[in-house]
Amino acid sequence: MADSKYLVGVFDDGDELLHAVEDIRHQGVKIHEAYTPFAIHGLDKALGYSFPRMGVAAFLFGITGTCCALLLTFWTMGVDWPINVGGKNFFPFPTNIPIVFELTVLLAAFGMSFTFFFMEDLGPTSKPIIFDVRSTDDKFVLAINLAKNKLSENEISKLLKESGASEVNVKEV
Amino acid sequence: MAHSTHEIPSTEEKFEFKSETKRNLIIAALLGVVMVAIGSFLLSKGWSIGVWESHGGEHAAVGHESAGHSEHGGEHGATLFTRIIANIWMNSVYFLGISIVGAFFIAYNYIAKAGWSSSIKRVAEAMPSFVIVSGLILIILMALPSTRHIVMHWTHDGIMDPVSEHYDKIIAGKAWYLNLPFYFIRLIAYVVVWYFGWKAIRKYSLLEDEMGGLENYYKGRNASKLFMVFFAVTASTSAWDLSMVIDTHWFSTMFGWYHLASWHVAGLATMMLIILLLKDQGYLKIVNESHLHDLGKFIFGFSVFWTYVWFSQYLLIFYANLPEETIYFRERFTGFQGRYWWPFHISLVLNFFFPFLILMARNSKRRPTFLKLGSVSVIIGHWFDFYQMHMPGIAKDQGGIGIIEWGTTLTFASLFIYFVANELSKANLYPKNHPFLEESMHHDI
Repeated sequence: MADSKYLVGVFDDGDELLHAVEDIRHQGVKIHEAYTPFAIHGLDKALGYSFPRMGVAAFLFGITGTCCALLLTFWTMGVDWPINVGGKNFFPFPTNIPIVFELTVLLAAFGMSFTFFFMEDLGPTSKPIIFDVRSTDDKFVLAINLAKNKLSENEISKLLKESGASEVNVKEV
Repeated sequence: MAHSTHEIPSTEEKFEFKSETKRNLIIAALLGVVMVAIGSFLLSKGWSIGVWESHGGEHAAVGHESAGHSEHGGEHGATLFTRIIANIWMNSVYFLGISIVGAFFIAYNYIAKAGWSSSIKRVAEAMPSFVIVSGLILIILMALPSTRHIVMHWTHDGIMDPVSEHYDKIIAGKAWYLNLPFYFIRLIAYVVVWYFGWKAIRKYSLLEDEMGGLENYYKGRNASKLFMVFFAVTASTSAWDLSMVIDTHWFSTMFGWYHLASWHVAGLATMMLIILLLKDQGYLKIVNESHLHDLGKFIFGFSVFWTYVWFSQYLLIFYANLPEETIYFRERFTGFQGRYWWPFHISLVLNFFFPFLILMARNSKRRPTFLKLGSVSVIIGHWFDFYQMHMPGIAKDQGGIGIIEWGTTLTFASLFIYFVANELSKANLYPKNHPFLEESMHHDI
């Protein structure tokens, strides 16, 4: 990321940002990321993000949990140390369902959390770029990587202003 | 707000209940009655079309393993008439639940101040109009001694009398709760309070259409709160009174939840199906795929909830392995020549596995085809659920699934659709002055 130059458009209103994203993307400009103090409905669609495939991760982690739990209960209760409980089988299936369920949920939840942290670069070692500290307060911020765009700095700056940005700053990282 | 350009459809929309549809529904209801008659005739001649049907009672009372009924079952052996009454009782309870869930849905959405549901509110509002029909049938069945003896084992003469030969100590111990005067008070209270609770909510909703303003919204919310307080208690007690006491000896502390979960998810699926069918006919343009997605999540979530409660009940009984409790499942697995094994397991597949797999993905909850499949599966599945709750206790070895069952269900379903469609046609399809309707129009998830 060294020596990257970003144009940072600051908006006063979430709606303005949303429409600016639509307009600017329509002009063929690639947007690095939008930063808002709160979630804005439809912004993910406007930015062109595809639906996250977290469900796939959840399924894979979940099924791992199911298998581990079945293996665990089968090994401990059925093979290694069988205990006679009320004359039932050594591996009665309904008895194991709570454990299977719990381990499935546990692994799916932890797996999804860690996947999310990893994919979004939110781990303890990550060094996020702060484009504008006010984006956690009352400003809506749009960052555009100049190196990845064909249009010049002035043209993009003009576009941002036209679509309602109250200020346009340059940030070099 | 995201789609500033999208068009806002008109909030004036009225459902037209065509006289042709009315006629067809009445014909279907009568056809159901004819089917019951034909089915009974064929069975009395010893012919059967359908599964697990016994032939003219030749297997009557052959070594079934019911502890509770074997002592007293002798003088009241199950007959063909038993089976018909059992069907009417079962369908009444099932459709009573589907109907009242409409009011339940509105009540909790009002209390939660939910906005998204206001555009589909009129559909839920129309459903409880059938409560009075189901309720009256249940009251009549209990009022007539000949039919109440068939449904409720505990109403038999002398069963609570220590000197009688039919004396049953366990049932006599429940006499403080299971006595006819108290039972009638409860049964009538359910039907009357549910019906008029819904009427009150409905009244304020219709007044709102005429007058506008917030006054009727607040009144409707207060009515919802009162309804909810009553329903919270009676949802459980009605589960005991309508379903659990059929197997008088047996009880389960999970039963109220289980029964309500069954009613609730079946009612939601019915609501979904009505909405989708209305949309197919060009109504309910405001309802977009986000509304369907939310309602789909409800169906998905509550079918899993039903399974959770069902399994919790099953696991405790399985694990504790007490004979007086396991008899309930034994009757359903191997009792009565195993005739209830299939309904029991079909119910599990249609209520859990199928909707779980088909409605899991986000995209399938936004597609009418998948939602229709899931809803129909849940509606049929919970019919089987109620079937296996009621039949082993009432119809015993006369139970089966044949023309009689299809006919009774057809009659009830046609009448239900008739009542709901009739109620829908009485008012605008949107609560046009509802304070949250605007929010609901822009619902986007």
